[in-house]
Amino acid sequence: MSKKDHQEHVIPLMVYLAVGAALLVLTVITVAVSYVNLGPFNLVVAIGIATFKAMLVALFFMHLLYDNKLFMAVFLSGLMFLGVFIILTMFDTMKRDMIYDEVAKPINPKAVIYQESAPPTDQTGGQQ
Amino acid sequence: MNIIPEKNYLTYPKGLKSWLFTLDHKRIGLMYLFAIMFFFLVGGIFALMIRLELFSPGKDIVSADTYNQLFTLHGAIMIFLFIIPSIPASLGNLILPLMLGAKDVAFPRLNLASWYIYVFGAMFAVYSMIAGAADTGWTFYTPYSIETNTAVISLTTGAFILGFSSIFTGLNFLVTIHKLRAPGMTWFKMPLFVWGLYATSIIQVVATPVLGITLLLLILERVAGIGIFNPALGGDPVLFQHFFWFYSHPAVYIMILPGMAIISELISVHSHKKIFGYKVIAYSSLAIAFISFLVWGHHMFVSGQSELAGMIFSFLTFFVGVPSGIKVFNWVATLYKGAVRFTTPMLYTFAFLILFSIGGLTGIFLGALSVDVHLHDTYFVVAHFHYTMMGGTVIAFFAGLHHWWPKIWGRMYNERIAKITAVLVFIGFNLTFIPQFIMGAHGMPRRYYDYLPQFQGMHELSTYGAYLLGFAFTIMAVYLIHSIFKGKPAGNNPWGGLTLEWQTTSPPDPHNFHEVPVWTHGPYDYDKIKVTPDLEKELETA
Amino acid sequence: MDVATDRPAYLAEHFTDAEQQKESAKLGMWVFLLTEILLFGGLFCAYAIYRAWYPDMFYNAHKHLDVVLGAVNTVVLILSSVTVALAIHAIQHNKRKQSIIFLTVTLLFAATFLVIKYFEYSHKIHLGMLPGKFYTYTGIEGTNPHIFFTIYFTMTGLHGLHVLAGMIVIGWVLIRTIKGHFNSEYYTPVENAGLYWHLVDMIWIYLFPLLYLVG
Repeated sequence: MSKKDHQEHVIPLMVYLAVGAALLVLTVITVAVSYVNLGPFNLVVAIGIATFKAMLVALFFMHLLYDNKLFMAVFLSGLMFLGVFIILTMFDTMKRDMIYDEVAKPINPKAVIYQESAPPTDQTGGQQ
Repeated sequence: MNIIPEKNYLTYPKGLKSWLFTLDHKRIGLMYLFAIMFFFLVGGIFALMIRLELFSPGKDIVSADTYNQLFTLHGAIMIFLFIIPSIPASLGNLILPLMLGAKDVAFPRLNLASWYIYVFGAMFAVYSMIAGAADTGWTFYTPYSIETNTAVISLTTGAFILGFSSIFTGLNFLVTIHKLRAPGMTWFKMPLFVWGLYATSIIQVVATPVLGITLLLLILERVAGIGIFNPALGGDPVLFQHFFWFYSHPAVYIMILPGMAIISELISVHSHKKIFGYKVIAYSSLAIAFISFLVWGHHMFVSGQSELAGMIFSFLTFFVGVPSGIKVFNWVATLYKGAVRFTTPMLYTFAFLILFSIGGLTGIFLGALSVDVHLHDTYFVVAHFHYTMMGGTVIAFFAGLHHWWPKIWGRMYNERIAKITAVLVFIGFNLTFIPQFIMGAHGMPRRYYDYLPQFQGMHELSTYGAYLLGFAFTIMAVYLIHSIFKGKPAGNNPWGGLTLEWQTTSPPDPHNFHEVPVWTHGPYDYDKIKVTPDLEKELETA
Repeated sequence: MDVATDRPAYLAEHFTDAEQQKESAKLGMWVFLLTEILLFGGLFCAYAIYRAWYPDMFYNAHKHLDVVLGAVNTVVLILSSVTVALAIHAIQHNKRKQSIIFLTVTLLFAATFLVIKYFEYSHKIHLGMLPGKFYTYTGIEGTNPHIFFTIYFTMTGLHGLHVLAGMIVIGWVLIRTIKGHFNSEYYTPVENAGLYWHLVDMIWIYLFPLLYLVG
């Protein structure tokens, strides 16, 4: 990185204000959309808008767009490893019923605190 | 004649305070070295007690509960307090900036902080021993770790804190390697030790936070009964295993990658031949770092995870074998027609090649889904990971320690005794763990206090081996400590290495180099440059 | 050894020039942010798995979170992100006073966030919507609703701790700015504190819809 690149970090004030305004507008949109029932697409839309907002923050507020691209690589690799973590784990948790039905759900779908209508703290307090 | 410079990092500045508040990477590395060797001793004593207990069936020296605590502490101490910080934090800290031609690591204060955090975490671990040591195994599997009355919280808190120390070391090295290389040192002119530590650091910073959150949730599970991992509360204990192994499988590469890095370095220096396939070895370190994140489920084949996940993880596991195999073949090819010196570091390197190959190949057996169902949780697994962790990492660590010892202290140990010790370590190690392979294949389960009489002979052999190993390490401690005070001055370049750490004095100046070094050749250009090791010069003049 | 005479006071001995120091510090910060992403990643993973197991329960349970308070907090954090960016912008132009004002406003926003969070928490605790075994509320249909609150409290709790840590960092930077340690030549700590604060904001940008809006 030369001195010249370094000077480019100073980005105009208007950019910050515009991005801030966009983030606020997107917040309003995502709240509004959540009241419309889109079925499973509610999740998709919510995550989509959140990702767009996060992208704005990363690119402009955190200067990823202007800075050394190495920082971008570090950031994206974090997201990639997180994706690996969640996806490979879900290959287990979502597919436990592939062969045997009885392990389709987590091992105890109805926790003890709801059974036998006893005060909940008694049930597990003894295990500590 | 070799001399030791008056002013070096060991002698200047003076005083205890100058050590406790030092920002010098070499001093911090040394402080790490002493700390980890202390815990190697503690963990080793636990191992010897375990082996003594298992010498014959039934009770020998300790009760079954104490035995459970012993193997837990042996595992937890050896993993979190010894082997993970071992090579990066001690030898890495000492050597990496020298190799790069830098004055220090990028963040010296963070480096010192990481040492204090290590000591702080270690205090929690030691406290847990007094406060009713945990008996869960170092893996802390739920739901047992939620229910047991032993000191799980203090041990996990210790491991949690140690994680920060590991992250800070990794972060420091990543930035140092990116930003502080000497002029002329491009990525593919870096020594392979640096490449290995680079790959290690990536794993440290990516995987360790997940261990952090896992242990935090486990502590909350015990303190507040949050229920995520507790089946009694509708949680899923297998999820804990996913969380745990997402860190702990990559963590085994935090352990082995620096070992491989040392071997790549040593095999070229001690055979005075250019490393075979430099780029491939460098890339294979990165490949291992990446693949290590895709295979954690092979620890969970019989845990109740889905069959699909089992198949995927088994399939992906085989890929780790590829870069590891590439490295082994390249090392062996490097030896071909080299001027091989049978020095102490080289003997350990040979031991590594043999032991790691056995450890790696048995890992492939265990990674195969159907074979693992038979071998899971037997002594076969115990033998396998000791062959990789101890036969791999620890042997490589001692190889590196003997290699850089004259650089660290400026003095040479007694090579004859050192070579005999190396042979004893090799024999003792195999005597300990080959019987465990055999027992495991016959179905001896791991972590058992008692066993059938049919296994007694093998257990006896294993115990003899363990004590031989303990004896050999004692000799090593004696001759190494002796050499610090009485060893012959070793010279700046005892082995004839081409990397930058050999161009400064032994021990190095507090500022590493008197002038900024410029890197003009490759790290292993033995085909272009002829160097005579200082130790051999001594012999010629004598 | 020969020391170059034109070395500024802020330049540490082991760096050759200011640019190297700045780039190192920022790379270090980004690697640290990577570890933060993975730290929260565990909780996001837990969220994804339990939500996939109990979609109905998550849907029912999320209705009990206060969308208005969540949205207000989102706005507060976004505004604080803007102010911290403006503080950096000001110091880049040597406007120290402006920078001090913006940093102070950021701290106030952060405190506001925590106060609102406090009211949300005390309301939940009052109703017995507590994590795990302490859960006593009875008004939510579906399997194991206490898991939702476990995830809610661990995620927002960890995030809250990060807000607190961020306040400490920004407070430290603020003090150093007042003392006049920074100018347009050297302001890396301000920038790094800003990076950290933006990440805290970014995590909330995900937490808000996942917990309050779609459950």
